[in-house]
Amino acid sequence: MILAEHDNSALNPATAKAVAALSSLDAPIHVLVAGHDCRSVADETATLAGVDKVLLADNPVFANGLAEPLGDVLLELAPDYSHIAAAATSFGKNVMPRVAALLDVMQVSDITKVVSDTTFERPVYAGGAVQTVEATAEKIVLTIRASAFDEAQRGGNAGVETVSFVPAAPKTTFVSREAARSEGPDLATAKIVVSGGRALGSAEQFNALLGPLAEKLGAALGASRAAVDAGYAPNDWQVGQTGKVVAPDLYIAVGISGAIQHLAGMKNSKVIVAIDKDPDAPIFSVADYGLVADIFEAVPELTKAL
Amino acid sequence: MKILVAVKRVVDHTVRIRVRPDGSGVDTDNAKFSINPFCKHAVEAAVQLAEHGHADEVVAVTIGPAKANDVLLVALAMGADRGIHLVTEERTEPLAVAKLLKAVVEEEKPDLVLLGKQAVDDDANQTGQMLAGLLDWPQATFASAIEVNGDGLKVTREVDYGRATYALKTPAIVTADLRLNEPRNTALPQVMKAKKKPVDTRTAAELGIDIAPRLMVEKVAPPPDRAGGQAVGSVSELVDIIAEVAAGGERA
Repeated sequence: MILAEHDNSALNPATAKAVAALSSLDAPIHVLVAGHDCRSVADETATLAGVDKVLLADNPVFANGLAEPLGDVLLELAPDYSHIAAAATSFGKNVMPRVAALLDVMQVSDITKVVSDTTFERPVYAGGAVQTVEATAEKIVLTIRASAFDEAQRGGNAGVETVSFVPAAPKTTFVSREAARSEGPDLATAKIVVSGGRALGSAEQFNALLGPLAEKLGAALGASRAAVDAGYAPNDWQVGQTGKVVAPDLYIAVGISGAIQHLAGMKNSKVIVAIDKDPDAPIFSVADYGLVADIFEAVPELTKAL
Repeated sequence: MKILVAVKRVVDHTVRIRVRPDGSGVDTDNAKFSINPFCKHAVEAAVQLAEHGHADEVVAVTIGPAKANDVLLVALAMGADRGIHLVTEERTEPLAVAKLLKAVVEEEKPDLVLLGKQAVDDDANQTGQMLAGLLDWPQATFASAIEVNGDGLKVTREVDYGRATYALKTPAIVTADLRLNEPRNTALPQVMKAKKKPVDTRTAAELGIDIAPRLMVEKVAPPPDRAGGQAVGSVSELVDIIAEVAAGGERA
């Protein structure tokens, strides 16, 4: 069973990647869509190739992704499943360990490869090592690193079944949400990412230098933790061990030295291009193409020429 | 309010780790260890809540080898009042740690347990959520702001799309994101004072909880190497490369 992530109107692509990740398991795949007025999400989920059944739990208590009621409904359904999983997004990371503990099993976090029904690969130490772990318990709880898998194809035609379970009233209340303004593609799923570091020097320069380049390439904007901490970019642009992990076709790192934590978030990109004035910057050790240059000269020239 | 804050001793986050050639694990023999950065943010949050009059006691707890008393000392030097050290030389998974912490919670009866959102060694991001589940307490993970009001907390969480704010009834579990605060540095006088603070040292085994690992680590390998890159001499060369890759070419 996979817990779907959605905003009550559309399915998050990370869930389609989780479906693809587990399609090699020797088990049917059911996807739980728990939310409020989210029938359209269930219908959308039913079209994913590899999905055998969609379970729809529609109740106001599920509207805001609270871990408590979601944990309760997963526990209620758990007896029928050998594997319980979600994408390793902030949503999945929040809910799944709570469920694992109540099932008295260890969770395997952030898997990047399914070796067998019980054996998985996952990165540790900010991607400095890859661990192969075997889960021997009767129930296996997983979170899946979406950037390591392709999305499931469409064209499926699964049935949608209603789940009538009503969880206990949670001790947490949703107050408000604030989405960071993000024009252009979503960082987590973009084909091209343009990312800036501390060398950009200010929020104004960050936007002035990287905005036009990203726009020209139809790219999402990302940032190093240093750039985020300095206030040049919003938090949810952060790429790295504790930010988003991305693996686009093309990652352009501008003025990023390449701390271990940052590399953990982008080193599985297909092609990495780095522009930095320091020839010894660690970013050049993972870059396919590196240009040692002043970013304030090189980037405008690049944007203009593309 | 009484706060319990959990801290972990990990390989320092700036160390470039080495995987043992036999695949048995990461070579930590001569590595520098320190307090997990996220735990430091949790301690800072606890101490700030005490300084603002919201907490009358901050208890720091660590679970780990005898050597882990050094991270307890960091928490005490930052302002925690006393320490609890459950000593075990075994590899403890988040589930085992959550069970041990639950036992400590049942003894200490805190109103709030603060943890870091993840440890930078195992990158699991599980312990706080597991503890909340075992205790049937509300949880607010990846916190970047904590506000105390009446019989509860208002916590802002860092999530993929931005931020979300939740109200929690206490007792509750909160895990710290990097943006919760700027942890204070401690100078020698604080460390000297911290050495005089009480620390209750016991073996984890005394609690009679099964903490044997549930996951079998078959092997640990270095990450796949990227093929060596090449230096590009000019912007115009880069234009060609980017145009080709953006168009879906398999240049690399």
